[in-house]
Amino acid sequence: MASLPERAKVVIVGAGIVGNSMAWHLAKQGWRDMVLLEKGTLPNPGGSTGHASNFIFLTDHNKEMAAFTMDSALQYRELGVYHECGGIEVARTPERMEELKRRVASSKAWGIEGVRLLTPAEVKAMVPFINETIILGGFYTPGVGVVDSLQAGTLMRQAAQEMGALTSAAGVEVTGVDTESGRVTRVRTDHGDIDTEYLVIACGIWSPRIAKMAGASIPLIPAVHQMIDIGPVPMFANARTEVDYPIVRDMDTNMYERQHGNGFEVGSYAHRAILMDPDDIPSIEASALSPTMLPFTQDDFDPQLEDALELFPSIVGDEKVGVKLAINGLLSLTPDGNPIIGETPEVKNLWSVAAIWIKEAPGIARCVAEWMTHGTPEIDPHGSDIARFYDHHKTLQHIRARTTEGFNKTYGIVHPMEQWESNRPIRRSPAAVRHAELGAVAFEAAGWERPFWYGANEPLLAEYGDRVMPRAAEWDSRWWSPIINAEHLAMRDRAGLVDLSAFAIFDVTGPGALAALERLCVNKVDVRPGRTVYTPLLNAAGGILADLTIMRLAHDHFRVVTGGGMGMRDRKIFVDGLPKDGSAQLFDLTSAMTTFGLWGPRARDILGAATDGSADISHAGFPFLTSKTVDIDGVRTLASRISYVGELGWEIYVPMEQGLRVWDALWAAGQPHGMVPVGIGTYAVTSRLEKGYRAHGAELELDFNLVEAGMARPSLKDADFVGRGAYEAQRASDPVGILCTLTVDDPTSSNGVKRYMLGREPILTPDGRSIIDAKGRRSYVTSAGSGPSVGKHLLMTYLPPEHAVVGTKLVVEYFGEHYPVTVAIAGATPLFDPDNARIRA
Amino acid sequence: MRVLVCVKRVPQTGGRIVLTADGQEIDTKFLGFTISPHEECGIEEAVRIIEAGGGESTVLTLGASAAEEQLRDAMALGIDRAVLLETDGSEWDPVSTAAAIADTIRAQEAAGGTFDLVIFGNESADSGGFQVGIRVAVALGRPVVNGLKGLTVGSGSVTARREAPGGGWETYELPLPAIVGVKEGINLPRYPSVPGRLRAKKKEVERIPVGAAGSGPVGAAGSGPVGAAGSGPVGAAGSGPAASSGLPVGPIKALLRLPEESGSQVEILGRGAEAAPAVVDLLQKLGLVAR
Repeated sequence: MASLPERAKVVIVGAGIVGNSMAWHLAKQGWRDMVLLEKGTLPNPGGSTGHASNFIFLTDHNKEMAAFTMDSALQYRELGVYHECGGIEVARTPERMEELKRRVASSKAWGIEGVRLLTPAEVKAMVPFINETIILGGFYTPGVGVVDSLQAGTLMRQAAQEMGALTSAAGVEVTGVDTESGRVTRVRTDHGDIDTEYLVIACGIWSPRIAKMAGASIPLIPAVHQMIDIGPVPMFANARTEVDYPIVRDMDTNMYERQHGNGFEVGSYAHRAILMDPDDIPSIEASALSPTMLPFTQDDFDPQLEDALELFPSIVGDEKVGVKLAINGLLSLTPDGNPIIGETPEVKNLWSVAAIWIKEAPGIARCVAEWMTHGTPEIDPHGSDIARFYDHHKTLQHIRARTTEGFNKTYGIVHPMEQWESNRPIRRSPAAVRHAELGAVAFEAAGWERPFWYGANEPLLAEYGDRVMPRAAEWDSRWWSPIINAEHLAMRDRAGLVDLSAFAIFDVTGPGALAALERLCVNKVDVRPGRTVYTPLLNAAGGILADLTIMRLAHDHFRVVTGGGMGMRDRKIFVDGLPKDGSAQLFDLTSAMTTFGLWGPRARDILGAATDGSADISHAGFPFLTSKTVDIDGVRTLASRISYVGELGWEIYVPMEQGLRVWDALWAAGQPHGMVPVGIGTYAVTSRLEKGYRAHGAELELDFNLVEAGMARPSLKDADFVGRGAYEAQRASDPVGILCTLTVDDPTSSNGVKRYMLGREPILTPDGRSIIDAKGRRSYVTSAGSGPSVGKHLLMTYLPPEHAVVGTKLVVEYFGEHYPVTVAIAGATPLFDPDNARIRA
Repeated sequence: MRVLVCVKRVPQTGGRIVLTADGQEIDTKFLGFTISPHEECGIEEAVRIIEAGGGESTVLTLGASAAEEQLRDAMALGIDRAVLLETDGSEWDPVSTAAAIADTIRAQEAAGGTFDLVIFGNESADSGGFQVGIRVAVALGRPVVNGLKGLTVGSGSVTARREAPGGGWETYELPLPAIVGVKEGINLPRYPSVPGRLRAKKKEVERIPVGAAGSGPVGAAGSGPVGAAGSGPVGAAGSGPAASSGLPVGPIKALLRLPEESGSQVEILGRGAEAAPAVVDLLQKLGLVAR
């Protein structure tokens, strides 16, 4: 290595598929003076790219990951390195066959073309060497392909170099990262230092090490994925291409098999999770093959050999076909299974692009490059945003526990509500002891144990009978209870007490606070103290970033309350939006304050009793969207008249350590009024859907705008705010998609079982065609759930204007069957209590 | 025909060998283990001989319990059975190793008949002592030739070929039973098949505990058959007296030192089509293409 540039605009660390893709996309976005550093050699540096199996299956139940994958496949095609061969996921069990139907549905929802289910004979016709007698069928995707990821990386790197945007340097090891005032300033290497404005960490399993040098955290862990390559296979002797036959995923055994020239590759995710200590990765020099190709551990793979032999006896069972290569390949695992991308919350201009597979790398790189350049990526990256992690997520204990648990789910049948079992509980409400007494069934959100329903409410089932909409199908009722719907009805009839400890709460204070918040929020924050503002946040392109509430507590004191799931991501948005002069500060009160929700027709009576008449809580004295201090059993709390459930009531903010006392006081006050504890199953699903309230990550994403979501207000505030220009343009034209609430007309399946969709299913025309709007977006169920008070199963979906008409008949596809649905609401009008009389009681 | 192959479990090192902090061992924390390359060829040779003429092949190693992995690897390639002289994991010198192996061969032969051919690798990949095969041959009083690149089994004898210093070939005719040391290049070892792997996994490995090197006559280390074959001959092979005096046998390892890194030279002959003439020149110089 001769000499490195002394300064650069961007330094990218790692020349695997991710680093090369980043260089190319940043160059396309106009970035210059970039340096790509690689510790190994080019074109195969020895990271995970070099041993990847390089195939791309397009379907993922996760919309974001499917979008990244589809974009990547397109980019690989444009580079001329995509070899389309088709792919088949085969089922050995009836449960898997059902799952394959669900994969067909997800494919239709995300626009993956040409998918279909195959009979065993049809699988055999495409893959003549398969033992079709042990499978029940397959899920075929014609667009599945194999890429040359090393060639793709080389092409992108060279393109960036030819544009004069990039200098590449191999054999250079990063030894340190300097920061000043929380920003990246310099990268230190064994070949000299580079002053740089931006640092992009794209070095896979080594990423945490580089981040740590800067004081940031990338919570991934290297893990082993075993694969073997056998051959030469006589029947592939005349193979025309790298892959002549569709790739097979043997889902029930967590394996994949594919032709590979005249060889046959067998990979597995079935073995125990074999995690590496990041500091235990050998150096390039000391590695027999490469640092990410570790010695094969035969014992772990032996059971998989039996499975492979069973499915492909003519190849795997051939005595003349030898095991040419067997490796324990290292890849990156994360606690929630998603990639880790975006600017680190700890250090400005330090970007992570890590825990990324071949199938999604170019798509993610385009997203991150757009994000770095103008803050408005086309694909919404919120599920992969590095800012999503709370501190406990970053501990090695958590990472180890969740990656160990998650590894074998790689090909698993994962229910949309499936809960993690390991490393719980982490965060507990001060009322957790009462939750336990009440038989709470807790789901985890942002580490919090949130009661989803309470076993103690079981007697309500008798009270409400069939109104709880019982579910007969096991899948529909998994991670669900009819008690949720009973709690819902009891809350609407009487009152419910909801633990909302998972809220993320930040106070923004100081003379510059108002201006900073006005700049971030669509709706006017400059209200009189005591008022509460519900507002979306947009990005510069007018995509929806978040929705949250802000209570103005004093002229220079605002309290931001947002959902726990995206709480840390939202905090970063506010921190980034603070004035540089320090005239406003953000304090995170999430672990200092707890929140209880009290709602229902009797809520005023109960709060009156709990406050012992010490506060005016009349409608006139405590109007909707206001907050004020109320004392409950000697505890000073902040009550906020607001509702996400469509009932009269309050959120009550309490110092964490006094939370149990307030819960007990509210509980005691509620008993004479028939108040019940109400879980998140009601709060976040049933009551919300009846009211048509939108949720971030479901209805509210960058893909949609406020006009489409029915959230545009009649007038605009005077102050400028992020996304204003785009928002004004959106308001000036007719939306091409309109958020609607649909009711399921008849949930009865062909075999007579009532089925209830859980969300993310495709909405189709009555004759089964996809509905695509003028922006190319497919209609799919953004949220689904019971509407116990309206007696219907409810679905939300965006529809093009021609379909977004009340009374329109459509169908929803669920496990291969089409169920008739009707557009009940086009826009934001609630299905239940459309005049909002209850809220304003 | 009965063929025995003796192999050694050695670290599968990368480009740079890393030593433990005390300088006594190769650091194997990140390394897999394999069979010395010459011995891989020995296994291949044994499998081919039995495939061609019938009989039984046996693989033997002296090493820690984990060396079972190498025995199963050998069986995956077609070796019929395996014997593990199980040590306590300590290092054995060539004298003790050869004595234990010779003893075992006698015991095995007493039970199952003579090994017509015992195949060693020319030298082990880690310690490279070049001794064990020859010492075993001396102990058993059998003919031995090392460094073989060709082996043909006849009736009652084998014909062995090796490269002569300065060019040409030396050819030996060895009456059976005989002992040979083979070198890489004698054949191209096969890869294991999956059925082979699965069969090997289910096979028995005969384990014979031998304890620590120099702990006395092998028989005393506990295994009946070995002891029954006579601890006397072991002593005759050299380890007896030293062992009985309680002194270590052979040279004592003080510290491992890594060989100088030669630092391979890279010469770029050119890029793209322009490089073609230089490549042709080089290939001609190497005699790989005709001028």
